[in-house]
Amino acid sequence: MNWTGLYTLLSGVNRHSTAIGRVWLSVIFIFRIMVLVVAAESVWGDEKSSFICNTLQPGCNSVCYDQFFPISHVRLWSLQLILVSTPALLVAMHVAHQQHMEKKMLRLEGLGDPLHLEEVKRHKVHISGTLWWTYIISVVFRLLFEAVFMYVFYLLYPGYAMVRLVKCEAYPCPNTVDCFVSRPTEKTVFTVFMLAASGICIILNVAEVVYLIIRACARRAQRRSNPPSRKGSGFGHRLSPEYKQNEINKLLSEQDGSLKDILRRSPGSGAGLAEKGDRCSAC
Amino acid sequence: MDWGALHTVIGGVNKHSTSIGKVWITVIFIFRVMILVVAAQEVWGDEQEDFVCNTLQPGCKNVCYDHFFPVSHIRLWALQLIFVSTPALLVAMHVAYYRHETARKFKRGEKRNEFKDLEDIKRQKVRIEGSLWWTYTSSIFFRIIFEAAFMYVFYFLYNGYHLPWVLKCGIEPCPNLVDCFISRPTEKTVFTVFMISASVICMLLNVAELCYLLLKLCFRRSKRMQAQRNHALKESKQNEINELISDSGQNAITSFPS
Repeated sequence: MNWTGLYTLLSGVNRHSTAIGRVWLSVIFIFRIMVLVVAAESVWGDEKSSFICNTLQPGCNSVCYDQFFPISHVRLWSLQLILVSTPALLVAMHVAHQQHMEKKMLRLEGLGDPLHLEEVKRHKVHISGTLWWTYIISVVFRLLFEAVFMYVFYLLYPGYAMVRLVKCEAYPCPNTVDCFVSRPTEKTVFTVFMLAASGICIILNVAEVVYLIIRACARRAQRRSNPPSRKGSGFGHRLSPEYKQNEINKLLSEQDGSLKDILRRSPGSGAGLAEKGDRCSAC
Repeated sequence: MDWGALHTVIGGVNKHSTSIGKVWITVIFIFRVMILVVAAQEVWGDEQEDFVCNTLQPGCKNVCYDHFFPVSHIRLWALQLIFVSTPALLVAMHVAYYRHETARKFKRGEKRNEFKDLEDIKRQKVRIEGSLWWTYTSSIFFRIIFEAAFMYVFYFLYNGYHLPWVLKCGIEPCPNLVDCFISRPTEKTVFTVFMISASVICMLLNVAELCYLLLKLCFRRSKRMQAQRNHALKESKQNEINELISDSGQNAITSFPS
């Protein structure tokens, strides 16, 4: 299980996301995970071996490194990306549950053949009803995790910049020794880059929440002006009397339509003009 | 998530590109990404370990390395390739949106005569015209901007594209001026020049694609105006004929003038 596994898992969620959600997923995978794997990991690769202190005292290097870098940036980013990606799985689980229920309903109605069951899997799920709440909660959690990690970064590494030199007095270092960090500029550049990407993701999440709320309000206003025919999520609406009446009406109108067709085609009824392609055999 | 995954994502865009766009994608993935992964990363692999300064002073090497190589070539190329590839996703998103809208209209029964079923909509090649033309052109434009920006950053950070074999460094805590030696400078210069040339070729391909799209647009517009003019001409001729036929009721010549 590595980043590719996570990518496969989350790509499935992509189908049920809003457009902003899809953009967010692309930003996460291309500008954060990919940059982490392809670039940042090699920058921080020699962070301990090239952390040099101006002393020959054994153990001083290790102790000073541990004091100034309790958790490495790369590990914090990996944790952040995993935690930020996983609320999307809540949505995936809810959709899977809904589809399972729909399949059960189809089987009860006697439409349990593979064709109909496939259709359940393929049709796009609308974000409404309880799914809307699950989706909103997942986005809120994403926001929370992003904010928490940005704060943790700020606590551990104030100013987000990597210092070139740290002065260390921890035992067993004799007095105060200068310790030099490897590649501080490159590390600062990547820290700022990842921070900017994180900021963009936060903005996208906020935009998504606002969009979902506005959409829900608009739908509610529309429903109030039109009589309700619940386009609820999943199978619940199939049991409602309105749905059943709608189905009956549809069947009647289809039959009516075919009846109209028959009447239209019989000679001497209605308009005298033959339809295009029709051959009037009785004329 | 690595270069293979990016290749899968961008490969999908290939279907809707022009032929120059397809050549560009090939150049990017074979002459740049593959060279980066297979060769350049090995060359730069020991860049800091084998960066040696003529002093025993601890910390001097770190500080001098950081001063002369603020961001390593490898990382800059990786970032450049990521940024240059991603505008293609704008096109992919636009095509996906267009297909979604077409599928919606199809379901409502509007475009039944154009497509047989939903699968047909997915398989159809989308033509680069209308708003997609604008999206495609802006994505090419952004690609050119990113390529140029990174080439300038390279030039700015490393004063040209050549790596010297010795650098003189006098930054604290180095005592006075010390000589620092870069590992594999010639090999690094060769690869830098190679990657820069590949970058220039990609930029030229993008410029050519932009010109091609503009010419196609002008050509299509002139054809449309021509067709409109012909149609107007035909219409006026048809109108005249119609008038003559209808005039036969009023002003028709019934007999020869005596």
